[in-house]
Amino acid sequence: MHHRHHNHGTGRALAAGVLGAAAGAIVLMAARNMMKDNQPIGPEDSPRHAWRRGAKRRWREGAVVGRSITVNAPREEVYSRWRDFTTFPNFMENVISVTPLDQTRSRWAVEGPAGSTIEFETKITEDRPNEVIAWESDEDADVRNSGRVTFRDAPGGRGTEIEAVIAYDPPGGAVGRMAAKLFQKEPGVQAKRELRRFKQLMETGEIATAASGSKPSRPAASRVRKS
Amino acid sequence: MRALVWHGKHDVRVDRVDDPKIVNPRDAIIKITSTAICGSDLHLYDGVIPTMRPGDILGHEFMGEVVEVGKGNTRLKKGDRVVVPFVIACGKCFFCQKEQYSACDNSNPAEKADMSEMLYGHQMAGLFGYSHLTGGYAGGQAEYVRVPFSDIGPIVVPDDLEDEQVLFLSDILPTGWMAVENCEIEEGDTVAVWGCGPVGLFAIQSALIMGAAQVIAIDHYPRRLKLARNLGAKVINYKNARVYEALMDMTGGIGPDAVIDAVGLESHGFAPDNIYDYAKQTLKLETDRSHVLRQAIFACRKGGRVSVPGVYGGFVDKFPVGAFMQKGLTLKTGQTHVQKYLAPLLEMIRERKIDTTFLISHRLPLEEGPKGYRKFAFEQNETTKVVLKPGWEKANG
Repeated sequence: MHHRHHNHGTGRALAAGVLGAAAGAIVLMAARNMMKDNQPIGPEDSPRHAWRRGAKRRWREGAVVGRSITVNAPREEVYSRWRDFTTFPNFMENVISVTPLDQTRSRWAVEGPAGSTIEFETKITEDRPNEVIAWESDEDADVRNSGRVTFRDAPGGRGTEIEAVIAYDPPGGAVGRMAAKLFQKEPGVQAKRELRRFKQLMETGEIATAASGSKPSRPAASRVRKS
Repeated sequence: MRALVWHGKHDVRVDRVDDPKIVNPRDAIIKITSTAICGSDLHLYDGVIPTMRPGDILGHEFMGEVVEVGKGNTRLKKGDRVVVPFVIACGKCFFCQKEQYSACDNSNPAEKADMSEMLYGHQMAGLFGYSHLTGGYAGGQAEYVRVPFSDIGPIVVPDDLEDEQVLFLSDILPTGWMAVENCEIEEGDTVAVWGCGPVGLFAIQSALIMGAAQVIAIDHYPRRLKLARNLGAKVINYKNARVYEALMDMTGGIGPDAVIDAVGLESHGFAPDNIYDYAKQTLKLETDRSHVLRQAIFACRKGGRVSVPGVYGGFVDKFPVGAFMQKGLTLKTGQTHVQKYLAPLLEMIRERKIDTTFLISHRLPLEEGPKGYRKFAFEQNETTKVVLKPGWEKANG
């Protein structure tokens, strides 16, 4: 029901789907499952997504990416801005809209290959105000994904540390993921840029762009201008 | 509008391009009245800075008149005469609030920031007209420029000061000043400055204002050494003298207390290590030549300070880490936090404590920009600074 267009034919197409899905996506019990096999040797305090291959970081057949960023704003403010999913298109390049269906469910529309639109639904699996938001896509989504975003006070009054972990089933497996990387549509790259844009919006009120304004500018930037 | 556009190594042209428009609320559009070619533009001209693309508009030293202001900027108004810092800074992030503007976290567009993060471990701030590593922003060697975060950067200058008195606030004057601030000068100090280009000359001026007992300038162009001497420096022409021996003799065998590398990644000279570097740079086994930095570290006194305003982009070989560690040196460097220095330096210009106009050797209409680059690159003895005037008609000769 959510698949208006879906093309299994190319890694790129799949990748484009992934990115949308994972665009803001974040969360899941991925973190719990990741660690079944290899444990790190000795004490280890870094987040799991930073571990070397040897210490297992795969999620079933899927992939996990993570990224942290510090936003110079109070935790309450950062959390509540993030909690308003309808603003995601402002800083997520490939997300067209996020429509809340009820307290926990949302319908996402993301850009797919060749101008198509891919839709799927997510539900919030964990929501502790000012601390964590986690959500997970429906099982029948084209690109199963889940994410978890945690918010912590940064030391020394530096604002709020956001840590985002995304787990997703890469369509096309490893090959699909590589293709996605080639086109910079890999969720890790996307998540990094989306966090940067979120930070820019929170701190400066706008999204930095080198556009001269005389040609069509980036989608994210132009959407912000309209809002 | 007309703009000076990079097309490749030693190929810059004046092209017709679209006028810039307001994109973000804090933007302003500036009509350029004066813009200069910077020594660091020559690194772009020589093709040694990665991620330049044909079509990029050059220029990061410029000033002009505000012709349009975004609705989020309440500080500037139409008609203001402003000098614009080459560093684009948001004013709101952790770094800007520490006045480390050139480390701004938010001015490099998210999709461009990956490159410098991969190269340097962290993303760089946005700069005008200086490759896509620093955001791919259009520069100011043009009739108009879009200035992001224009409520933070540009400083309004009074009408009783000529363009040429204040233009260099955009980069080289604060860069020379910060280079000396990084030397943490104490009473009786000798400061040695490698490179008598604009930044080196302004560093000499700054060091004397900040109380250095002696400033020694090192270069090989007689005209530039003459300018250094006019400012009050002693000079060493490395074609005449062995620099290390000369410096030791001029400091009672102690060595300079602080050393400044105002040359950067394309140093000249025929020392064996430089020839080695040149060969490696040509073969792309090494991106930066660093003869000056090695020599400066070797000459610096024990416990002394090393300041590097000169631009480096990538990697160097044979960094004398042994001398650096064993002598307990301190190294400070970085792109200039221009915004921090604008007001105090403008005040010194008004009080006539600093004059920067002596530097200018050529004034050309924008149309003759390509000639300006050629002269600055290949006639360095005669060409100390080129100022371009977008408002001037093409000169007769």
